[in-house]
Amino acid sequence: MISAFFIFNQKGEVLISRLFRQDVKRSISDVFRIQVISNPDVRSPIITLGSTSFFHVRINNVYVVGVTKCNASAALVFEFLYRFITISRSYFSKLDEESVKNNFVLIYELLDEIIDFGFPQNSEIDTLKMYITTESIKSEMAVREDSSKITIQATGATSWRRSDVKYRKNEAFVDVIETVNLLMSKEGAVLRADVDGQILMRAYLSGTPECKFGLNDKLVLQKRYVSSYGNEASKSDDAVELDDCQFHQCVRLGKFDSDRSISFIPPDGEFELMRYRSTSNINLPFRLQTHVTEPSKSRVEYTIHLRANFDPKLNANNVLLRIPTPLNTTGVQTKVGVGKAKYVPGENVIVWKIPRLQGAQECTLTAEADLAATTHRQAWSRPPIQVDFSVVMFTASGLLVRFLKVFEKSGYQSVKWVRYLSKANGSYQIRVSLEYPLPRKTD
Amino acid sequence: MAMAPPRKGENYELRQQLNSEYREKRADAIKRVIANHTIGKDCSGLFPDVVKNMQTDDLEQKKLVYLYLMNYAKTQPELVILAVNTFVKDTADPNPLVRALAIRTMSILRAEKILDYLASPLSRCLKDDNPYVRKTAALCVAKVFDLKSELCVEYGFVETLRDLIGDGNPMVVANAVAALADIYEASLNLPDTPPTSPGRSSPPPSSKPNPELFIIDPPTLTKLLVALNECSEWGRIAILNTLARYKALDEKESEHICERVMPQFQHVNAAVVLGAVKVIMIHMKAVTREDLIKSLTRKMAPPLVTLISSPPEVQWVALRNINLLLQKRPGILANEMRVFFCKYNDPPYVKVEKLDIMVRLASEKNVDTLLGELKEYASEVDVDFVRKAVRAVGQVAIKIDEAAERCVGVLMELIETRVSYVVQEAVIVIKDIFRKYPHSYEGIIPTLCANLEELDEPEAKASLIWIIGEYAEKIENADELLGTFLESFKEESYPVQLQTLTAIVKLFLKKPDESQTIVQKVLQAATKDCDSADVRDRAYIYWRLLSSDPAAAKSVVLAVRPPISLPQTTVAPAILEELLAEVSSLASVYHKPAATFIGKGRLGAEEMQRRALEPEEENAREKALQTVVAGQQAENLLDFDADDEPQPSSAGGSQSLSMLGKGGISSSTISNVAKSTNPLDELMDLFSTASMTTPATQPVAPKSTVSGIQGLQDDRQDTNTTHDAFAGLTGLGSPPQGLGDGNGVTSPVQSQGQGQQSGGAQDDLLGLF
Repeated sequence: MISAFFIFNQKGEVLISRLFRQDVKRSISDVFRIQVISNPDVRSPIITLGSTSFFHVRINNVYVVGVTKCNASAALVFEFLYRFITISRSYFSKLDEESVKNNFVLIYELLDEIIDFGFPQNSEIDTLKMYITTESIKSEMAVREDSSKITIQATGATSWRRSDVKYRKNEAFVDVIETVNLLMSKEGAVLRADVDGQILMRAYLSGTPECKFGLNDKLVLQKRYVSSYGNEASKSDDAVELDDCQFHQCVRLGKFDSDRSISFIPPDGEFELMRYRSTSNINLPFRLQTHVTEPSKSRVEYTIHLRANFDPKLNANNVLLRIPTPLNTTGVQTKVGVGKAKYVPGENVIVWKIPRLQGAQECTLTAEADLAATTHRQAWSRPPIQVDFSVVMFTASGLLVRFLKVFEKSGYQSVKWVRYLSKANGSYQIRVSLEYPLPRKTD
Repeated sequence: MAMAPPRKGENYELRQQLNSEYREKRADAIKRVIANHTIGKDCSGLFPDVVKNMQTDDLEQKKLVYLYLMNYAKTQPELVILAVNTFVKDTADPNPLVRALAIRTMSILRAEKILDYLASPLSRCLKDDNPYVRKTAALCVAKVFDLKSELCVEYGFVETLRDLIGDGNPMVVANAVAALADIYEASLNLPDTPPTSPGRSSPPPSSKPNPELFIIDPPTLTKLLVALNECSEWGRIAILNTLARYKALDEKESEHICERVMPQFQHVNAAVVLGAVKVIMIHMKAVTREDLIKSLTRKMAPPLVTLISSPPEVQWVALRNINLLLQKRPGILANEMRVFFCKYNDPPYVKVEKLDIMVRLASEKNVDTLLGELKEYASEVDVDFVRKAVRAVGQVAIKIDEAAERCVGVLMELIETRVSYVVQEAVIVIKDIFRKYPHSYEGIIPTLCANLEELDEPEAKASLIWIIGEYAEKIENADELLGTFLESFKEESYPVQLQTLTAIVKLFLKKPDESQTIVQKVLQAATKDCDSADVRDRAYIYWRLLSSDPAAAKSVVLAVRPPISLPQTTVAPAILEELLAEVSSLASVYHKPAATFIGKGRLGAEEMQRRALEPEEENAREKALQTVVAGQQAENLLDFDADDEPQPSSAGGSQSLSMLGKGGISSSTISNVAKSTNPLDELMDLFSTASMTTPATQPVAPKSTVSGIQGLQDDRQDTNTTHDAFAGLTGLGSPPQGLGDGNGVTSPVQSQGQGQQSGGAQDDLLGLF
């Protein structure tokens, strides 16, 4: 199990140190500083020195480190480190050196609660916030009032929900957020297209509501079902094939496994109900045609043609293309019909921003990059073009929420809202073919 | 901000504040003390002043004081006693949070004195009404056991813990299970006879709990399976770990466990998913129902793929585990290769792992897409990754016969780029392809030779020289090409020297008329000017072979090599089983048994070797005998131990020899063996060194021996290098003979060449006696 937990800044100074077991000493932090932080060759996130293993995650300008001396579950340690990051974010919005320094008392308090003797305990943000708050006075009052309720909740079968929640208006908001992953080859063939979906829910419901949730997933988790129905059937039903689903711990997995129904008692407030993955029939929201030529040794010409491939009634927001240029680029002239394009020398990319793009709309960028004459051409790895975007009320997988039913013993009516969003953030990549030979070694 | 710069007399100032009459000031001072401690300043001097602040209604302040106590109790054992009263009082506080906090802190103060006061509050808390207190107390038992195991046994805490498995609250169950597992681990390391503690006249209490307490019986199993679905994610991991340790009574129970654990695949926490995979891999062994096995493996695939969308560190852990799972069940992800395509912005450690998995998943169906990807990767800038991508092309060629031609095409395109490291890696890879498919792609040899000047790495050079030697009869200017290497013979590294030597001898045997002078020169150079014993020895062997019997030399040097293939596994089968039982752990990430990197008695290389061989132990003696016999009869000079295992030859050899000693083979047999080679007695000395050292110095893969001997190199390149070891050996000798053939017939009419070859094996025996 985890023997110690540290947070380091980039210089290797200890910001937080907490030992859980006596098999490590505080001085172990020096080992990490010397062997990992000041060693530029470290490539692996787990380093084992002697019999001590260091697991680290770098985030902003800090290292979050777990130390163990046994054959611990590596997945558990990383999940815990990431959970710690999530919790920190929800408490003080950003985890960096400054926020750690400002909140070190709170962090110790949190650590005390979420991990004991190296075993992670309760890490439900909702519950933690009940008795660990940033304002100590309030917490004191709250704790004295219902500390026994807290402890019941922190350990109970529904550890994620208080029993006495009351709202005048009962509402539930469902957000379906899809991250589209695309990898397109130079030749325009789709190498990989899939969707990582997330269903976020904000539940403002009184009492202990029992929810049932339905998607147009045709209750299929396995491809075998589809093959027995045939593709036509599934298409006419608008059913979506989900390759895999994962649920918040409130969802009854046994029930899902037996009859594929999603039923749960939701936590109060915001939470991630489920994650899913879909790989078939992905509607790619953007098509890209690229034409990149190198007419002479000192120039590269780009023609990038972008088409919004969705319903004209919908809009894409914040479309951003990052078009890489060779490393010896000295300047770029760009011409665009829509949006703004700018060359960013520090990152060797042309950034093309389109704040708003209607469905079915097309636009083009032409650019000329001037290259400095070099005796030895640096190998340029030709990074792919990235497209970032968000399209509201559009799901690339075609997923729809069929129903959300809420049952509560008082029998109140509740209002439900559903939103859809498809987005990409660095995951929508199109490889570029440069119509000049691969970088050659010049003698 | 509490982290003020240090000033003179800061501790003095803090002390003043800690004793202040204002609560605010005191609270602030405690925070500063903790801040100072965090940055490594010694605050132990403030102990009494901090402890005074322990009695407070402010829970936050209490927590901070407790935190201070945890850190300094050990340094101030005398003063800890000051705090005991408050602690004991707090464990009976009406507020369950305070009770839990007090018992939690008290049990980790590393002070002997306080432990004696702990027993009664702890037994009270273990039976507390509030589950929060109970779950905290459950872990406290493990803490106390860690500090003073006798205490736990004396008060029967372990028994109480065991009873908690039946608790109605899933969190309590999970923590009890986790604590029991922890205690079990710790108790394995305890001495059997309890140490006599000074100051006790009565017989010392046993420090080892009754081992039966850790055995899970079927009723407990039922409770665990129920709790599994109800408790928090971390609790689930603890329960899954325990289920992994459970020995099912019969197949039905195994099936039941698998069915109940399967829903956990849908959990959002990667550690839970991998924990479930572990339990199922273990219990699936006992399942024989085909349909269930099928459905289990099919359901395992999607969650594994989903893990690839996790943050990179988790992804990496998942990839390493997938790599292991594929070695056992290659089919599970057969259609999922695309998700393993590297993203441009993946961290390098993820990319390398993905590459390896892609090669594992390569099949005739997807090979074209894969090659396209690999070609793409070969144009990236990270040299290490590019090399691995090129190497992967070669691995695919060796794995899929039908795709070999396309792979060669890709490699030729890559050579076109003339990027130095790409070309060199491609040459190395092509050598392997020639080994696998001899005489198929001779057409590309001229292109390779055209790149002669580009090569500056020993391995690439050695590979190209090997190719030239191999196809000397087809390359018109082979003597010229080899001549260029001969010119710089002295400056070359030993692997290159060895290959040059062998290649020129091959050339001579193939075209004796044209290369008389060059072979003379190389033998001269290798025996006179070279300071490597291996090179000299090999040159002497060739020299005498050539001068005594050219026909024998031909049969030795130009012998057909054994085919190479891409091994399915990178770890020995026994170790693979062991690792699969520990999926998601560090061991499974490193692909090494846990004992190799944790604990005091870390396993050395020898132990690893032993364990890797364990399943074959029964055969080992027989094998050893056969090795001797084979030595008499064999056609191979140096491959006396190069059977088809991926084990290092030298270590494997000594193993068989030591077995042999125990096996009690009469020394007369040995001397008979030795006599049969009498015409070559004079060569004995040479052979002994040559045969013993060749594995370590074979030209193409210097790494393989090292990795093999350590047995724990997780370098995946081994798939190739182990075979390279043979390449090196067989460059000189002929293929290892099937050991089964040797049945002890000593044939006096062996050809001279064969007699010579047996020398290597025999000489080792002589060395032993």
